[in-house]
Amino acid sequence: MTTTRSSATRAGARKGRPGLLRRLLRHPLGGVSMVVLAVVVLVGALGPFIAPFDPTETSLQTIFAEPGGDHLLGGDSAGRDILSRLLVATAFSLAGGLLVMAIAVAVGVSAGLVAGYYGGVIDATGAWFTALTMSLPSIIVLIAARSVMGPSMWWTMAIFGLFISPVYYRVVYTSVRAVRNELYVDAARTSGLGDVRIIGRHVLLAVRAPVILLMAGVIAAGIGMQAGFDFLGLGDPTTPTWGQMLNEGFYNINRSSNLVLWPALALGITTVALTLLGTALRDELEGTTDKRHSAAQPWVLEEDVPAVMDHGDEPAGEALLTVRDLAVAYPAGTGYATVVKGGRLSVRRGETHGLIGESGSGKTQTAFSILGLLPKGGKVMAGSIVFDGEELVGRTDAQLNALRGSRIAYVPQEPMSNLDPSFTVGHQLTEPLVKVLGMKKAEARERALSLLARVGIPEPQRAFDSYPHQLSGGMAQRVLIAGAVASHPDLLIADEPTTALDVTVQAEVLDLLRDIQEELGMAVLIVTHNFGVVADICDRVTVMQKGVMVETGATRAVFESPRHEYTRALFAAIPQGAPRAPLPGVSSAGSLGAGALR
Amino acid sequence: MHEPLLTVDALEVEYPGRGFRALPFRAVKGVSFDIRPGETVGLVGESGSGKTTIGRALLGLAPVSAGTLTFRGEDISHPTKQRRRELTRDIQVVYQDPYSSLNPSLTIGDSLTEPMIVRKISTKEAGARVRELLDMVALPADAADRYPREFSGGQRQRVAIARALALDPTLIVCDEPVSALDLSTQARVLELFLEIQERTGVAYLFISHDLAVVREMSHRVAVLHHGEIVEWGDGDTVTSAPEHPYTQRLLLASPVPDPAAQEQRRADRLRLKEIQAQQDLQAGAA
Repeated sequence: MTTTRSSATRAGARKGRPGLLRRLLRHPLGGVSMVVLAVVVLVGALGPFIAPFDPTETSLQTIFAEPGGDHLLGGDSAGRDILSRLLVATAFSLAGGLLVMAIAVAVGVSAGLVAGYYGGVIDATGAWFTALTMSLPSIIVLIAARSVMGPSMWWTMAIFGLFISPVYYRVVYTSVRAVRNELYVDAARTSGLGDVRIIGRHVLLAVRAPVILLMAGVIAAGIGMQAGFDFLGLGDPTTPTWGQMLNEGFYNINRSSNLVLWPALALGITTVALTLLGTALRDELEGTTDKRHSAAQPWVLEEDVPAVMDHGDEPAGEALLTVRDLAVAYPAGTGYATVVKGGRLSVRRGETHGLIGESGSGKTQTAFSILGLLPKGGKVMAGSIVFDGEELVGRTDAQLNALRGSRIAYVPQEPMSNLDPSFTVGHQLTEPLVKVLGMKKAEARERALSLLARVGIPEPQRAFDSYPHQLSGGMAQRVLIAGAVASHPDLLIADEPTTALDVTVQAEVLDLLRDIQEELGMAVLIVTHNFGVVADICDRVTVMQKGVMVETGATRAVFESPRHEYTRALFAAIPQGAPRAPLPGVSSAGSLGAGALR
Repeated sequence: MHEPLLTVDALEVEYPGRGFRALPFRAVKGVSFDIRPGETVGLVGESGSGKTTIGRALLGLAPVSAGTLTFRGEDISHPTKQRRRELTRDIQVVYQDPYSSLNPSLTIGDSLTEPMIVRKISTKEAGARVRELLDMVALPADAADRYPREFSGGQRQRVAIARALALDPTLIVCDEPVSALDLSTQARVLELFLEIQERTGVAYLFISHDLAVVREMSHRVAVLHHGEIVEWGDGDTVTSAPEHPYTQRLLLASPVPDPAAQEQRRADRLRLKEIQAQQDLQAGAA
């Protein structure tokens, strides 16, 4: 087991990103802060052994001694050696911070894991405890604890760790909740793994990053709290810390400013380094560093694009939309990744055109280029898109806005995510009518209601007044179609309009699209991966493969005699609907047993 | 006659309602069917029909509120925790989404050895078994050291199948195993399912919304609608000449990838819609 694991990790490190430590050192803030912290830790670890004097040893001769000589940094108000005290205080301060972190991690992570995984009573108790610690001022509790336990730095820090543990609890709880619903946790359970094993293997992995991420901040908070506590004079006088040195220096600031300087510097540098390390960790673990490199090399089409296999059965007449040699690319590495590379597509008025391909074929990218709505980074690099005699490539957003929503409409794949959950359907339908088409409010309302009736919504008024979550997926898609055709567009672009719907609903939505298309005489470009949908509704079809349009023609011609080998392969992959032979030795007669039903 | 491997009798699954005095939600309302050794039973239905819930109930991931599940003569509706874990050797699962069913931070090898850890199979043996499994699903042997992100959807689904096979189960619940895949990948994965069944004699409960896929895969088919089985019988008959009005609607709503045949089917569907609407009207008037 261990051998497979380690070899696997090595392989992963080789292929994947470099290790976290490496990346942190390369990070501008991370490198500096790690070096500073390493020095501080080294001082803390060696301090008690290299300190030239006993940090608590007082001497009348060295009270407020000037720096230099035996006492490099001088002496304090009790004649103790400042350098020795600083060295030893570093150890105690760091230990205090680490203790806070250890307790917070131990309590917060384990409670978060258990509460997140099991929920129920433990969850409720955890929430209650979190609320309690957040509403109680920790300094008061620490002072109260001091009067019970005595002035022990360790106890104080441990209690503070407990108080800060909800920070971990909440983060871990949220991550565990998310992971718990992942299918791979279900799969682990079906593999027979017990809860402890599942938490250890799957859940801990997911909370690792946020736990590491918070560590620097929590240590800094612990050191800060300890300094504050000791500064108030509530600490243990036998364990020198930065806070105590500050306290002492503060009382004697008029006699010697030297006393405040060193502990303040140590505290400041350590806290700043920890905070910066936290920032660097977040950048590296969550990838928030903005690595937007503009492509160094100019875009070129790396390969020759074969001409589209045209069935040559295009009816005469002017095309409404012509896409020619389109190339769409995204910056990747130092160059570009070209996702659409040429081909030709033309859609006539009143025609329903299918653009079919598998995932990654560039069909949706083509549709988005026509709409001028390519995701961030995407750019039309070459080619032309002519809509009703006008070139769309190179137009500004404002110019495209004049077309979008009025002459070119769009129906998306996910109906629910394309309706704003906080507004009623009626509001979302009438707003563009008022804003884009300049209708009066009452007029727009009437129009919207008639559109809703037109798209086959049984009670238009009720749908008009309802919020998107009250609609079913099929209804929501009807609403979006109503919105899209409201302006009598010349071209409707539908991106997988029925993929998210059940088959019976899909059939109805396709019927609706067909009826409306005939009624309005508009052209429809349907992007889909489903040959059934193309067979059902499309007059013509264009097949895309890896960004290239490989075949185009009338639907019947393409289905009857596919020319490109890719189209042929796709057809071969369609389930042919050959039934299974019955199981040997079994009469296959199924029984619609009366007992089994009702 | 074969003894059934699994018998589901009047299965009901209820989820507690949300909110004060809310009625529980009945996802499955008295479903009965059986699976014989080496057989594929297709469960077909639309979203919300309860097909996935039935699969989850078999795996012990959904609460059985009434009815019994009998596996090789043993009642497994409410097994002890210990027994449930032992049962995972016999009943396995392949999920729909190949992206979330594999932990992104574990290597393929680690994911595949997962079921073997519990069985205390030695490292050496587990390694050999992983190679054997990868070979079975036609993935290269070096896949074990790689992470899920390096694989395509179809390849990940192969890994998920290999994981289900790791302990030589007698029944695999396949929950929409090809719905997330591209057409050409889908065909190859379906072929793999059939090939494995021929080789190992495993039985499948094949859950899908796609009538064409279910028809190709299943010996017998059950059609679910709103948590009930409306039609159950021989795969060919149910998927080509259904008797129940809902199955008829479902069949005619699935588009066929042939323009001429689809035109015919569309006309049939519209006619059926008319007839059924009239029948409903008469039933209401009667």
